[in-house]
Amino acid sequence: MPSDSPPAAVPAPDIPASTPPIQPGLIELFVAFAKMSLAGFGGVLYWARRGIVDQHRWMTAEEFNETYALCHFLPGPNIVNLSVVFGSRFRGIAGGIAAFAGLIGPPMMIATILGALYARYGEIDALRRILAGVSCAAIGLLMATVVRMMMPLLRKRDLVGLVVLAAVFVAIGVARLPLQAVLLVAIPLSIAVTFAMQRRVNG
Amino acid sequence: MNSTPNPVSTLVWTFGLMSLFAVGGANSAIPEMHRIAVDVQHWMSDKQFADVFAISQMSPGPNVLIVTLIGYSVAGVAGALAATLAMCGPTAILAYYVSRLLQRSSHSRWPSVIQAALVPLSIGLMAASGLILALTSDQSWMAALITVVAAVLAFATRLNPFWLLLAGGAFGFAGVI
Repeated sequence: MPSDSPPAAVPAPDIPASTPPIQPGLIELFVAFAKMSLAGFGGVLYWARRGIVDQHRWMTAEEFNETYALCHFLPGPNIVNLSVVFGSRFRGIAGGIAAFAGLIGPPMMIATILGALYARYGEIDALRRILAGVSCAAIGLLMATVVRMMMPLLRKRDLVGLVVLAAVFVAIGVARLPLQAVLLVAIPLSIAVTFAMQRRVNG
Repeated sequence: MNSTPNPVSTLVWTFGLMSLFAVGGANSAIPEMHRIAVDVQHWMSDKQFADVFAISQMSPGPNVLIVTLIGYSVAGVAGALAATLAMCGPTAILAYYVSRLLQRSSHSRWPSVIQAALVPLSIGLMAASGLILALTSDQSWMAALITVVAAVLAFATRLNPFWLLLAGGAFGFAGVI
């Protein structure tokens, strides 16, 4: 889904950076993130950018990209990280909590209701068929995101990156190894190789 | 696990730990969720896992909602709440401190090195998610075809993903899968 795309994939609209940023209050933060989240079928990132940069002008496009890049390299749901980092930048810890609560609260209630409906009616044949169809399409969307994210690596002929990608894919997808074990090996290795390559390129 | 611990605390422990290893977001952690929910803890069947994924993609909000649904199916509303907060909490606290740290010492090259190193990792994880979900869901030629067509349309056009999900649901309802 788009919310997991790398920051490079975010289109940057031209917003003049002349207006000083307005300081949102706690309730504003909650409402703004709730709106973005509820608008975000299949990915909140697009709506987050629209709300924060275009509508409210709380950040410039560059500031947004920087913040998102940070949240992308941290583990966990990117957009959740973004809400906390964004909210706390304006209103401290309370702001982080307000933005987070707006982002996750209302959709979590909807998901819980859907979960309850599924638990109750999940065995109905028509619903099973519909969900099977939705799930096939949703997997297609996920695969499209994967290919889209791979394009920069292919274009740069980033051999190291592609080898890391393939190794992780085989270890997790085919061999079904536990995530922690794979990452505890893969993360230090990948950082070391990337660092060595960048030093060689930079001389 | 011979003794049966409180399911809510198992959820908190499981997703709290996963939170810190979900490089690239919730969709990267799907193989691990599948491994734990289906193979290790037997919380749900393959089919139910695929259904939960479908529901999470249909509901508005971030992808992390799949965790809410897993939590609900394990321990009701308390489970939904506990699983979601556990999946978001640790990484949110980490994000808060790292962003404050970086604000103070801004022009370090480490963030860019780490990011360049982690991006291929997270793509590999998401590709594995795609494979595992496809193996559980695409049991027929028509099902696989719908996945491929949805992938091509999503890649090549700017169609709102919601319409593709809806079309998939319609094909499913029509019984062609």
